[in-house]
Amino acid sequence: MAKRPQPQFPEPHTESFWEGAQQGELRYQRCDACEEIVFYPRQHCPSCGSQNLSWQVSKGEGTVYTFSVVRQNRMPGFIDLGAYSVAYIDLDEGFRMMSSVVGVDDPTKDIAIGQRVRVDFEKQEEGDYPIPVFRPI
Amino acid sequence: MAQERQAAIVGIHEYPLRVAPGVSAMNVKVDSIRAALEDAGLQWSDIDAIYDAQDGEAGGGLQLAAYLGLRPTVLDTTQVGGSSYEFHAAHAMRDIAAGKCNVAVLSYGSTSASNRVAIGTGGRGMAGPANWAQNMELPYGSTLIANYAMVKQRHQFEYGTTDEQFAGISVATRHHAMRNPEAVKAMTDLQFVGVNEITTQDVLDSRVVADPLHLLECCMISDGGGALIIASADVARGCKKPPVWLIGAGEATKYRENHGDITTSAGAQSGPIAFAEAGVTPDEIDIAMIYDSFTITVAVCLEDLGFCPKGDVGAYVEGGRLAFDSGEGPALNTDGGGLSSNHPGMRGIFLLLESARQLRGESTSQVPGAQLAVAHGNGGLLGGTHTGGTVILAKD
Repeated sequence: MAKRPQPQFPEPHTESFWEGAQQGELRYQRCDACEEIVFYPRQHCPSCGSQNLSWQVSKGEGTVYTFSVVRQNRMPGFIDLGAYSVAYIDLDEGFRMMSSVVGVDDPTKDIAIGQRVRVDFEKQEEGDYPIPVFRPI
Repeated sequence: MAQERQAAIVGIHEYPLRVAPGVSAMNVKVDSIRAALEDAGLQWSDIDAIYDAQDGEAGGGLQLAAYLGLRPTVLDTTQVGGSSYEFHAAHAMRDIAAGKCNVAVLSYGSTSASNRVAIGTGGRGMAGPANWAQNMELPYGSTLIANYAMVKQRHQFEYGTTDEQFAGISVATRHHAMRNPEAVKAMTDLQFVGVNEITTQDVLDSRVVADPLHLLECCMISDGGGALIIASADVARGCKKPPVWLIGAGEATKYRENHGDITTSAGAQSGPIAFAEAGVTPDEIDIAMIYDSFTITVAVCLEDLGFCPKGDVGAYVEGGRLAFDSGEGPALNTDGGGLSSNHPGMRGIFLLLESARQLRGESTSQVPGAQLAVAHGNGGLLGGTHTGGTVILAKD
């Protein structure tokens, strides 16, 4: 895998998420007022408007909701890469995140909707944030 | 709600070239505005409202007013991606009905092809200050095409829609393009492999850009643009061509949600609003101008607008009903669409332009006696944050 783009800071909403990634934690938020699961990270609950959100740690297991296999991407870091997947993963706690399913022989054949997957924190270059990706269970 | 006829398209122009080196977006806009005014029989000084998606080189709206030398009493710079022009038409309808303006201009210019903009496969670079959306998505190298492809993947999984059924949308659209000399020139100038009618097999044999979307399911990237003039009923009656009435409009937004259904677009919200205002139903529609960024966009939007139930689009399009000469209707993208005629990045304006041509009887794939058209734009990412803008148009 080529070097993935890194998150950029300062950025207040996603700071805790990426601190979690450094510690091997997949973090999400829950609304203290209405118990809605909140993802992507933000400062308020999109369901009730409350700003009382608590960070939670996911078990990191979920299901592939949908995916594509990118055969062509002209962005530096991806331009010379073979086919790779992008996917929406439905985590068991009830949030959906964009990620990639890795660790399969042929992404055009070995990934499927409904597949069970587990998070893995893919190491990047020294000092970089590891990137949460998913592997088939 | 009773159908009202307070605003109409009275002047149209589509910039004829899809490869226009050395031309600026502003050149395309101004050329098109002049030609649309001429088409309407109106004067430069008649314009009192500007709707602009901020596509000109020097910045939108305010800069456009200054460049044109106008002092509009309505200036609307709504930018919601490719459906901006459906939003503009909706706003012009209500601004005219409210008496805020009488002659509105919408314009678009782009040089995406000449500037080699990789809209679909360029990936997304870090642009501007750090933000939460980029921080959560950029590491995964998604492209615009991959985002739409994820919708197709899920549609196929949930409803069993086949690649052959999706390909039918490309086949019908190319059928129309081959009858449109500007589309033929576009495909020639953009060096399409085979400027000819295509078959289902041709689509399936074209390379996969992002699974499960094939090349011939993806729109082109061109230069181009156009303009249209929307006027009040009083002004419209004095114009050169018969007015094409705007009788209903709806706007909506949608985005990724936990537990959300990616196969339903914002059109499921904007469509019913527009049809209710117009007082018509989808089965009355002769012309369906639906943003064909990809086959999946058309498929999802046909369902969401109510042409068929959710999940049934595969069977609905089978057998070629979308061709202008099928006798079944609705006729889809009779100009050749983004797939085969014109896609400089924001196709919404062309949906309105071809709707107007059809309802005037001026299309190169004319549906005899066409009375009603729907123009539905989808802006942004179908599988992510996007807008839906629906406009219903009626023959005079």
